[in-house]
Amino acid sequence: MTEFRLRRTLLYVPGNMPSMLQNIPMFDCDGVIIDLEDAVPYSEKDAARILVRRFLEGYTDRNKEVIVRINPLDSKWGILDLKEVLRALPDGIRLPKADSPEIVERLDTLLTEFEEELGVEIGRFKILPSIESAAGVINSIRIARCSKRIIALAFGAEDYTASLEIERTKTGEELFHARTRVIWAAKAAGIQAIDSIFADVSDMEGLRRETRLIKTLGFNGKSLVNPRQIELVHEVFAPKQEEVDYALQVVDAIQRARTMGTGVISLGGKMVDAPVVKRAVRVLKTAKAHGLIDIELDEEAIYGEK
Amino acid sequence: MVKNSLGRLIPETFHGRPLTPYADPFSLRPTGNVAPRPLRRVNPGAGKLLPGLREAIEAAGLRDGMTIATHHHLRNGDLLLGLVVRELDGLGLRDIRIASSSVHPVHAEIIPYIQKGVISAIECGVNGPIGEMVSKGELSCPVVVRTHGGRARAIISGQVPVDVAFIAAPTCDEYGNMNGFYGPSACGSLGYAHTDAEHARCVVAVTDNLVPYPASPISIPQTLVDYVVPVATLGDPKKIVSTTTRITTDPVGLLIAKYAAQVIEASGLLRDGFSFQTGSGGISLAVADHVRRMMREQQIKGSFGCGGITGYFVDMLEEGLFQGLFDVQCFDLKAVESMGRNRSHMEISADMYANPFNAGAVVNRLDCVILGATEVDVDFNVNVNTESNGYLLHNTGGHSDTAAGAKLAIIVAPSIRGRLPIVKDAVTTVTTPGETVDVVVTERGIAVNDKHVDLKNELRRRKVPVKDIRELQQEIYQITGRPRPLEFADEVVALIEYRDGSIIDVIRKVEE
Repeated sequence: MTEFRLRRTLLYVPGNMPSMLQNIPMFDCDGVIIDLEDAVPYSEKDAARILVRRFLEGYTDRNKEVIVRINPLDSKWGILDLKEVLRALPDGIRLPKADSPEIVERLDTLLTEFEEELGVEIGRFKILPSIESAAGVINSIRIARCSKRIIALAFGAEDYTASLEIERTKTGEELFHARTRVIWAAKAAGIQAIDSIFADVSDMEGLRRETRLIKTLGFNGKSLVNPRQIELVHEVFAPKQEEVDYALQVVDAIQRARTMGTGVISLGGKMVDAPVVKRAVRVLKTAKAHGLIDIELDEEAIYGEK
Repeated sequence: MVKNSLGRLIPETFHGRPLTPYADPFSLRPTGNVAPRPLRRVNPGAGKLLPGLREAIEAAGLRDGMTIATHHHLRNGDLLLGLVVRELDGLGLRDIRIASSSVHPVHAEIIPYIQKGVISAIECGVNGPIGEMVSKGELSCPVVVRTHGGRARAIISGQVPVDVAFIAAPTCDEYGNMNGFYGPSACGSLGYAHTDAEHARCVVAVTDNLVPYPASPISIPQTLVDYVVPVATLGDPKKIVSTTTRITTDPVGLLIAKYAAQVIEASGLLRDGFSFQTGSGGISLAVADHVRRMMREQQIKGSFGCGGITGYFVDMLEEGLFQGLFDVQCFDLKAVESMGRNRSHMEISADMYANPFNAGAVVNRLDCVILGATEVDVDFNVNVNTESNGYLLHNTGGHSDTAAGAKLAIIVAPSIRGRLPIVKDAVTTVTTPGETVDVVVTERGIAVNDKHVDLKNELRRRKVPVKDIRELQQEIYQITGRPRPLEFADEVVALIEYRDGSIIDVIRKVEE
């Protein structure tokens, strides 16, 4: 089973803004994506990557996942970005324009080289590929499986709609197929799926509608453009009290079943077996991350000894 | 020079006045009586209407060396102080003291008259350029900064006898009945003017909205008013209301507001009968918004909101979240409009609001107040008067009054302002003593005064980021570095008077 890590909220922070970088430790998003790509004008590419390295070196008490969005590998900045920021040990790299598995594999190789050079564990640096074109969506199934470093597929709706020469709407009908395909690709590969940004910071109701939709579809979280969006997305992703209560009953029931030497038990007339238990455990872990419950989950007691 | 209890060096006298060094917030007790003023008689048939300010100044018997007062309800839109000072000069008067409730940047127009000797002292806090020039030694004019409650105390006790009070009256009749609710310069409450109306030797109502007798409702009555002067305009209504009365959209400010709301919730004070004050700043209003939501969700029926009142408090009153509002000053037009029609939105004087030397001020009944700061220090002392450049730039307002009165005084401030840390070893100027400050909230964490062990533990239990104030300071210093201390000359240019009249700190000339 892959490591459980909440990625409901990945907040973009421009890499060329010291005043915003210094606030990273304060916000309670699950992760940040420090941006060296679109948010940084050409004239500041060099300054930004140095600033980001310095910031990360001083940010020793890492209280959230730190991902750096580099410039595309085929641009003149991509490799320079890696060279500078990897020394400061971010958790991962968001790769823009990950249109094909080959591009991601190239990053994988580069990361291995850097890991050897820096003397850190091979596989330490994770990859978050951005699926943001028609080609990327088509290839997402292969992309999701092309490297062990990939933690999730990130869907980029702004670039995707641009590549399709269409407008992005707030209701998102035009994104439906691409979103579901990215989710299938990710979930089939056992990784997470992260939805696109919602650009209108003043439209909280619009953000709520979209977050509800993408949660229902199967996304694990969203990329965000403003810290004000964090709380609302967490709220939508928070399990309902009924779900938590039911999950607690499921876990309790299956533990009783284990002591009786079986993996199946009936709870209120409904069968409880492995997939039900798995979902319940996920709900409880999420509830714990939200501070709704404070219990230790004994996975051995729940899933049985291996 | 003597050290007060906070270690600040206080001279024994200031321009001839013997000074009492600050000792603690509550033990200094007043002696003597309320200051007297002459009895008057106005017989039937006698009128009060005069054609202009010059005639009023003459009729009031204003002479060299006397003291006048105006009020800052029209804030940065006030034209009256400038009009009066120009008339004083026209009449050749000199050595006049200004004991207004506050002086704003718009009043920079009186600077030439200070230089000329028309004005020789300012017995109130100053916002803006006058304070800066005094701090630099460019303007020779002693300033005594007082809290709102402290000003009421100084006037009522006779420490600052006001010879002539000029009251800007947005609505007034020819016999001196006035209110602030209606008219082109409507400002709502006349809270600061009440004390002067009752205690000044002579009271002049100045209005740009003379209405037929009787004006209604009556906020300050005819029995207190000697003369009425019509003028073309009292001020610029667009600048009367504060421009900052909107919830912040800055994510850092919102985070601070969220923490402050968590502190209020954890304090246990948020229950039926809750009373609350915030300023009009963006963070304060964001805290008010959280409080409003919590009161709604938990169906809490509060007691009162007070202080400078904004539309947010009006909404909370109308929603039934408070029983009443105590209003010394309206911060926006919605509050002005509400006062004119809602009896539960009550006008109160600065005396009733915050004077420590009466039979009990409203601040004594406050549960929680949200306040700002330009600096705080590791002893929880707060500065709102000077900035990191050492210049006297801001008036105290009700800061020290409400901090002393409220059960829970919360300071909200970003941890870094410009590039300077908010938490220092010692604040440049002490406005409000740390013993009356309970919690400091920044986006990097919350520091709780040691006297609230239970609150600190409760916040920890709720996983709110509580830090020791020194720990918080070090964390900020890691980003900003330790700022080089300012250099001051020995010369004292202004006093910071605590609400009880003792001297909590002084402003010295900045060494450039």
